[in-house]
Amino acid sequence: MDVKLITAIVKPFKLDDVKTALKDAGVTGMTVTEVQGFGRQSGHTEVYRGAEYTIDFVPKVRIDVLADVADAERVAEVIAAAARTGKIGDGKIWITEVDRVMRIRTGEVDADAL
Amino acid sequence: MDPGNTAWMLAATALVLFMTPGLALFYGGMVRGKNVLGMLMQNIFAMGLLAVVWAAIAFSLAFGDAGNGGFIGNFDFAWLKDVGPSLPPDGYGIVLTIPFVLFCAYQMTFAIITPALITGATADRLKFSAYAVFIGVWLVLVYGPIAHMVFAGGWLADMGALDFAGGAVVHMNAGAAALALVLLIGKRKGYPDTPMQPHNLPLTVLGTGILWFGWAGFNAGSALAADGIAGQAIMNTFLAASAAMLGWLVVERLKDGHATTLGAASGAVAGLVAITPCAGFVGGMAPVYIGLIAGAVCYLALGIKKTFGFDDSLDVVAVHLVGGLAGSLLLGFFADAAINPAVTNEGVFLGGGGSLLGDQIVASVVTIAYSFVVSLAIGLVIDATMGLRIDDAAEDEGLDLSQHAEVAYAE
Repeated sequence: MDVKLITAIVKPFKLDDVKTALKDAGVTGMTVTEVQGFGRQSGHTEVYRGAEYTIDFVPKVRIDVLADVADAERVAEVIAAAARTGKIGDGKIWITEVDRVMRIRTGEVDADAL
Repeated sequence: MDPGNTAWMLAATALVLFMTPGLALFYGGMVRGKNVLGMLMQNIFAMGLLAVVWAAIAFSLAFGDAGNGGFIGNFDFAWLKDVGPSLPPDGYGIVLTIPFVLFCAYQMTFAIITPALITGATADRLKFSAYAVFIGVWLVLVYGPIAHMVFAGGWLADMGALDFAGGAVVHMNAGAAALALVLLIGKRKGYPDTPMQPHNLPLTVLGTGILWFGWAGFNAGSALAADGIAGQAIMNTFLAASAAMLGWLVVERLKDGHATTLGAASGAVAGLVAITPCAGFVGGMAPVYIGLIAGAVCYLALGIKKTFGFDDSLDVVAVHLVGGLAGSLLLGFFADAAINPAVTNEGVFLGGGGSLLGDQIVASVVTIAYSFVVSLAIGLVIDATMGLRIDDAAEDEGLDLSQHAEVAYAE
C-alpha cells in the first residue's frame, strides 16, 4: 500500500493554475473530469423573464492524481494553494488508499507505475 | 401596375417569409435542449403546410369579396383561380398597384407566421400530428375570417377600426389562440417546480435579429407601395423595437436586479408587436412612446400566468396578446391624419376624441373573443379524437426523440 489517490474538486477556471502547479511540483500525470455538484455553496440563482430558478448543481472540475504515500500530503497542499480564491465554492480535496496500480503497457505495479 | 411598388413588395414578401425561421430560433433557444428540434420543426412545418392551405382555400376566404363589410370572403379565388400576374379582377374591393399573385404571396407569409407564433405557448408537450391538424384547420376557421374582417374591408374595417399590419389579425389572434390551447393542454410536467431554463440564448438573440430585420417587410410592406407611408412605417418599426427594449430592461432591472439578454430580446419583440397596428398611422416620436409603454407593460404582463396559474411556456400571451392589444389601443391615442390620410378619426392626443379608440376596443374584443372561442373548439375536437398532448414518457424523453426520432446535439 504505497500509493494514494488524491481527488480534488475545484472551480473550472482554476484548472490551469492547478495543472501548472502540479507539473512544477513534479507530478507526472493526472486525470481531469468535468463534473457538477454542490457543497455548502449550494447552487446559484438564475432569472429568466422574471422567473427565478435555483440551480443546485454547479459546474466543477475533478482532478485525480496518483502519488507515492510520501508525496500525497504535499500534492494535496500544492492543489489547495493553486485552487484557493478564499471565496465560497473553492471545492474540496480528499486522499484515499489505493490497493494496487498497474501501468498497462509494461505491467509495472504500484510506485513503479506512477 | 407600378413597377416600383412591385419591386418593393417582392422584397417585402421575402423579408416576411424569413421571419418564420427567425421565430423558430427565437423560440428554439428558449426551450430545453431535448425539445429544440420539436420547436424548430413546428415553425418550419408551418412554412410547409400553410402555404399550400393558403393557396388552396384560405386566401379566398380571407381576401375574396373584399370590401363586403362582412364576416368572411368567398370561394372566388379558391385553388388560385384568377390569381395571376395581372391586377385583380375588375371590381375587386382592394385597390392594388402590384400583381394580384404577389399580393397573395405577401399575405401568405403572414398566414404562415401567425399560427407559428402559437407554438411558444404549448412548447415541449404538443403532439406533432395534433399541431399539424390544428394549424391547418385554424388557418381556415380563425385566420381567414379575422383577416377578412380587418384587412379585407370586412365589418371591423368598415366600422372604422385600424390595423396597419396585423396587431389584431396576427398578434392578438395568435395570442388568444395560444391562451385557449394552454388552458386545454395543461402545464409542462414539473412546471413550475422544476427549473426549465432556456438551453441556448444565443439562438434566441439571433432569432430576434432576424425577426427585427424581417419586420421591415411586415410593417413597411403593409403600405403595399414604395412610398412615404412605407418609409414612415420602417422608421416607426425600428424605433418602437428600440424603445421597447429600453422600457422592458428598465422595469426588469428595477424589479429583478439585472438587465438580461433574454429581456432585451423579448422587449424588442414586444415593441415590434405593439407598433404593428400603428406602423403607417403614427409619426414623430409616437413610436418611441408606444415602444416604451409596450416594453414595460409586456414585462409586467409576464405575471398574468403566475396569477392565473397557467403555463404559457414562452410568454406568447404577455408578448403577443398583450403587446398587440397595447399597440391597437395606443393607436386610438396616437393615430395621425397628417401621416396617413386613411386615418379619418384621429387619436385622442391628436384632438380626434375617443371615436377611434372606441373602434379599436371593439375590434380587439371581437378578435380576441372569436379567436379564443373557435381555437378552444378546434382544440377540444382534436383532443377528443387524436389527443393534443404527448404522453408522460415522451415528455420526459423530449419532443426531438419522441416526435421526430432525432437529436439536436449528438454526443
